[in-house]
Amino acid sequence: MLVVTGMKSFQEVNLYRMWDVPARISLDSFITAWFGSESQGFRGLQHNFWNSVRLAVPGTLLSALLGSMNGYVLARWKFRGADAVFALLLFGMFIPYQSILIPLVRVLSAVGLYGSIPGLIVTHVVYGLPITTLIFRNYYATVPGELVEAARIDGAGMLGIYRRIIFPISMPGFAVVMIWQFTSIWNDFLFGVIVTPRPAVQPIMVALNNLAGSYIVEWNVQMAGALLAALPTMILYIVLGRYFMRGLLAGSLKG
Amino acid sequence: MTSLLLIAPSVLAVAVFVYGFIGFTAFASLTKWDALAPDFTFVGLRNYVRLFETVRFQIDLRNTVTFTGFFLVSCLSLGFLLAVLLDQRIRAEGVFRSIFLFPLALSFIVTGVVWRWLLNPGSVQLGSTGINLLLDRIGLGLLKSGWYTDPKFGIKAVVIAATWQMSGYVMAMYLAGLRGIPEELREAARVDGASSFQVYRHIVVPLLNPITLGAVIILGHISLKIFDLVVAMTGPGPGFSSDVPAFFMFDTTFRGNNFAQGAGIAIILLVMIAVLIVPYLVYSLRTETQR
Repeated sequence: MLVVTGMKSFQEVNLYRMWDVPARISLDSFITAWFGSESQGFRGLQHNFWNSVRLAVPGTLLSALLGSMNGYVLARWKFRGADAVFALLLFGMFIPYQSILIPLVRVLSAVGLYGSIPGLIVTHVVYGLPITTLIFRNYYATVPGELVEAARIDGAGMLGIYRRIIFPISMPGFAVVMIWQFTSIWNDFLFGVIVTPRPAVQPIMVALNNLAGSYIVEWNVQMAGALLAALPTMILYIVLGRYFMRGLLAGSLKG
Repeated sequence: MTSLLLIAPSVLAVAVFVYGFIGFTAFASLTKWDALAPDFTFVGLRNYVRLFETVRFQIDLRNTVTFTGFFLVSCLSLGFLLAVLLDQRIRAEGVFRSIFLFPLALSFIVTGVVWRWLLNPGSVQLGSTGINLLLDRIGLGLLKSGWYTDPKFGIKAVVIAATWQMSGYVMAMYLAGLRGIPEELREAARVDGASSFQVYRHIVVPLLNPITLGAVIILGHISLKIFDLVVAMTGPGPGFSSDVPAFFMFDTTFRGNNFAQGAGIAIILLVMIAVLIVPYLVYSLRTETQR
């Protein structure tokens, strides 16, 4: 359905002809959405697109690494109160982020990260901890205990076991978590709009919303912008859909 | 010991960023902080009392109820229908599944921008646009509507977009559930002379109850939090007809600098979500440890 809409945006869209098949295919609206238009005075999405890349890539890697370590500990090395810690952690996944925004802005300002991409990375990594931990914990629960037991008898420490045994077999878990986190960070709007008020630093979804909210930008450019903004997650979905699916169900059936 | 060290940073981060921050927000909601500079004069529950007297907040709560109701019903029924259709072992099932799940990979902002365009009603002078134009063309002009520009329709326009985005998710959950029901059960019922509607009514649907419950909780908490979609699609709308508490909070806090009021809305939202989620979390974790 969106693809159809995307095709529409190729033409010099006129609202009253939007269901007609494009007469000719033109990439003009994409170029305008990407580079902006000086005559009409609006910024293109290109800078914000790269902002999002610089945000989502490190954010995803960090989230996955932390989630993997936490999941490993919570699944394999049960300490007293591990379940309670896990439950408290999980609740963090469901909270409305409105309930933490005010102190978040204050704390980020205090440490000098407010208004910057690193600030956004920290935010996404912290609030991504519950879901990444959950997915990895469930994943590691399926790893046979004997494997870990044998290594322990051989005298391997916990970190050693993690590095030599757990980490190498974690790739499917990493795939699920990284796709999940990349998609949520890329698609986020709330944190972006709150933490980075300056247009030059904003991630793409915030910029897209601004673009769509301004009356000077034509519909076809807006649609082209929407398609450009959606492109990375669309490609990810098309190429690695099965992992996407698994993350989705992990986030629900157990949550 | 090492295990504790390994998760300590994460646990600490969540303790501060989730629980500490919620504590601060709760505290802020009890103060007089209504300008950029913090004013921590304690005023008790005054902000909450005022909120419930505010017309905008009353509308927001009503909108939340409307949204949640329509969203749950449409998403669950559409998701169930799609799952049942796909469960008929049709050809190219994988293709259809991918298509229905596809919207989940998109941002609510993208969905909102596109649906705002589709549901743009056009004008009497210049003619219909978007969905209205399509309805005109296929002879269903009767169904035309002002969508989000019509205060009576308001938030329901957002329900349409949200359903488009989320029903694939419900479908996936139901499909997994349907595949988990042993074929013998249905076969046995059929042998006993049950029609296929009866098989669904008396065998399949009851067996899917746990999934329905899970879906209601997940969708319910999404609908309580819904924000991005409203921002991108409609904003508060005419007469706040598509406003929601999450948007009001954003508006009053970060545009109006009325931090105490914003904190109050945030806490009310949190409580509503906790009422929904906490019992479910406890229940899920309990059944997990029993296994």
